[in-house]
Amino acid sequence: MTWSWQGDGTVILVAMLAGCACALVGSYLVLRRMSLMGDAISHAVLPGLVIAFLITHSRGIGAMLIGAVVVGILTALLTQMVARYGKVEEGAAMGVVFTILFAIGLVLIRRATDHVDLDPSCVLYGNIAHIYADAFHGTPVALKNLAIVFALNLVFVVAFYKELKVSAFDPGLSSTLGINANLMHYALMILVALTAVVSFEAVGSILVIAMLIVPPVTAYLLTDRLGIMLLLSVVFSGLAAVMSHLAVIAFPVWFNTPIQPDTSAMMTVFAGLFLAVAIVVAPRRGLASQAWQHMALRLQIRREDILGILYRFQEHLGDETAAAMPTEELRRIFGHGPLTSYALRSLRRRRLTVKIGGSSLALTEKGLHRAERLIRSHRLWETYVAQHSDLPLDHLHEPAERVEHFIGPRLETALREEVADPQADPHGRSIPSGHPEKND
Amino acid sequence: MNLLSKQRRLPEAADQHHDPRAPISIHDMTVAYHRRPVLWDIDFAAEEGRLIGIVGPNGAGKSTLIKACLDLIPKASGSIRIYGKPYKKQRQLVGYVPQRESIDWEFPINALDVVTMGTYGKIPWCFPPRKKHRTAAYEALEKVGMAEYAHRQISRLSGGQQQRVFLARALVQDAQLYLMDEPFAGVDAATESAIIALLKDLKARGRTVLVVHHDLQTVKSYFDDVILLNMRIVASGPTATTFTEENLRKTYGGKLTLLVEAAEAIARGGQENR
Ligand SMILES: Nc1ncnc2c1ncn2[C@@H]1O[C@H](COP(=O)(O)OP(=O)(O)OP(=O)(O)O)[C@@H](O)[C@H]1O
Ligand SMILES: [Mg+2]
Repeated sequence: MTWSWQGDGTVILVAMLAGCACALVGSYLVLRRMSLMGDAISHAVLPGLVIAFLITHSRGIGAMLIGAVVVGILTALLTQMVARYGKVEEGAAMGVVFTILFAIGLVLIRRATDHVDLDPSCVLYGNIAHIYADAFHGTPVALKNLAIVFALNLVFVVAFYKELKVSAFDPGLSSTLGINANLMHYALMILVALTAVVSFEAVGSILVIAMLIVPPVTAYLLTDRLGIMLLLSVVFSGLAAVMSHLAVIAFPVWFNTPIQPDTSAMMTVFAGLFLAVAIVVAPRRGLASQAWQHMALRLQIRREDILGILYRFQEHLGDETAAAMPTEELRRIFGHGPLTSYALRSLRRRRLTVKIGGSSLALTEKGLHRAERLIRSHRLWETYVAQHSDLPLDHLHEPAERVEHFIGPRLETALREEVADPQADPHGRSIPSGHPEKND
Repeated sequence: MNLLSKQRRLPEAADQHHDPRAPISIHDMTVAYHRRPVLWDIDFAAEEGRLIGIVGPNGAGKSTLIKACLDLIPKASGSIRIYGKPYKKQRQLVGYVPQRESIDWEFPINALDVVTMGTYGKIPWCFPPRKKHRTAAYEALEKVGMAEYAHRQISRLSGGQQQRVFLARALVQDAQLYLMDEPFAGVDAATESAIIALLKDLKARGRTVLVVHHDLQTVKSYFDDVILLNMRIVASGPTATTFTEENLRKTYGGKLTLLVEAAEAIARGGQENR
C-alpha cells in the first residue's frame, strides 16, 4: 500500500489526538487510583447515547455528548453512593454501577435497533477505515471533534494544574484551601466521559480504555514529577499512534499477507510494549535498575574487599613500601568469576592499585588511604560490638566484614566517640588513624 | 433528622452561643456516620495562644472531631465558629496536618511540592505558585530541618521525615489556628522534641494549636489545655486540673488502670520507655 499524506496523515492525526486526549485525563484517573473509572464510564455512557438517540431521533454529536456527560456524572455519583451506603470499596462500587448501566443500555438499544444498525466491531475498533476514506472529501468530522476535545483537555489540565494536583493528592487539604475536591472530581469525570464518547467513534472502545490507563501508567513508572508524568504520557500516546500506523502499513510487506491489521488495535499493542519496556528500565522502580543497583553494590563490596586484603597483606609483611600480591592469589581468594576481574580492572582504572612486575598488584597512595578507612571502620565496629556485647572474639569478624562497607563518615565519627578512640581492636591489631574523609 | 432542620431554620441564632474571640468554638455538635453518632453533644471553646491536646482511645472520634471542624464531614447538628464566623469564611485562618494513613505516598511529588501546596490558598485559581511561594515553602522545610530533602519523592522519606514535611506544609499556611492529627505518630524522640519546639514557637506567636495525641505520659509537659474525648467530651480545660486519673479512667474505661499501672511501674523503674 502506498503512503498518502491525506489519508494516512489524517488517520495518524486522529489516532494521536484520541490517544493524547485520553492520556491527559487518564493520568489523573491513575493518580487517584481509579483507573477502572475509565473503563466504567466508557461502558456506562451507552444508555446515555441510546436515550439521547431515542429522544432526538438523531445521531448528531451534540445530543450524543449531552447524553454521555449526563451519564458520566451519574456514574461518578452512583459510584460514590454505592461505595458510601453499600460499604464496599470504590472499585467494587464502580463495577456494580457500570455493568448495570451498560446492561440498561443494551436493553434500550433493542428498542433503538429498529431505527439504526449497530455494528459491534465498530464499537470495539471504531471506524478508522471510514476516516481514511472521508479524508479525501474534506476534513473528517471525527478529526474536528477530537481536536476540540483534545484542546479542551489540554486547557483543563494546564489551567487547573495546581488545583488538580492538590485535589488528587490530598482532597482534605484541597477543600480546606477552598479548592473543592468534589468539584474537581466531577469536572474530571465529565471530561473523561466526553473524551471517551468522541474517541469511541474514531478509534473504538478498546483503544479508549487502554489509552486512558496504559500511557499514564508507563509515565508514572518513569518519573516522580507530576508535570513530567503528564508530558510523558502524551508523548507515549503520540508515539504509539505514529508507530502503530506505520506498522500497519508495513505489516503486509513484513508478513507477506494481504491482510492489514487495525490501527487502533495495533496502537493498543504499542502502548502495551512501551509499558513492558518501562517496567524493565524504569529508574528505581524498574527491574533493570534494581538489578543494576544490586550489581553495583556487589562490585563495590568486592573492590573494597580486595583493598582490605592488600592492606592486611602489607600490614602482615610490616612493610610500609608497597608490597605486591600476585593477582592469581587474589583470584584464588575471591573466585575467578567476572565480578573479580571487573573489580580488579576498575580498581586500576581508579588508580587505587597498580600492577607491579606484570602479574602482581599493590596499593597506590590513594588506595592505601581508602583501605585504611575501611579497615578502620571494620576494627572500630569490632571494638564497638566487643564492648557492648559478650560475643566471643571469633564472632566479631564476620559481621564487621559486612558492615564495613556501609559505614560513612558520620557513623565513623560516632563510633570513634563511642569506643573512645582506641589504638587497638579486640584482636590486638592496630586501628589505623587518620580522619574520616568524604564518602564517595 | 429534626436537629438538622432546626439548625437550618435558625442560622443566625447559633451565633449567640459563640464567643467571637475564640479561635474555635463548638456548640452542641453531633457527628454521625451513616446515622450512627460517633460524637455526641460536643461543646468546646478554645482560648487563643494555647497548645491543646486531644486525648482519647482508638475510635474515640478524635479524627472525626478534627474533620468536622474542617467541614470535611457533615455535622448532624450543632455549629462551629472560627473567630466568630463559619469555617467557610475563615479558611485562611486554619492550618491542617492530616493523619499519616490518609496520604498516597507514591504520588509523583517531592517534599517541596507538598509544602508549596500549603500556599495554594493564597494563590488565585488557575495561577501557578510564584517564586515567593516556593521560597516560603523552602524556608518552612529549613525550619523543620528538611531542606536537604526538598527534592526527594515523598515515599523515599522516613516516617519521621514525612511527618516533618507535613508540619512544614502547615507552617507555610501561616494560619491562626492549627489542627493536627497525630503529628507525633511514628517519630523518634529527636523529631518529637523538634516538633514540640515548633509548636511552642507557634504558641509564642499567638497561634492556637489543637493536637491529637496518644502518649499520655507527655500530655502534661506538652499541652496547656486538654480535651479528654470518648464519643463525648469527658472533660476539658487546663491540663493541670483536667488531666486527672479520675478523668482518664472515665475516658479510657477499664483499659486505663492497666495503662496507669504500667506507666507507674516504668516510672518506679526510673526508666523511660522511649
Ligand atoms: N468513614 C467512616 N465511615 C464510618 N465510620 C467511620 C468512618 N471513619 C470513622 N468511623 C468510625 O467513627 C468512630 C471514630 O473514628 P475516628 O477516626 O474519629 O477515631 P479516632 O479517635 O481518630 O481513632 P484513632 O486513635 O484510631 O485515630 C470509629 O468508631 C470509627 O469506626
Ligand atoms: Mg484518628
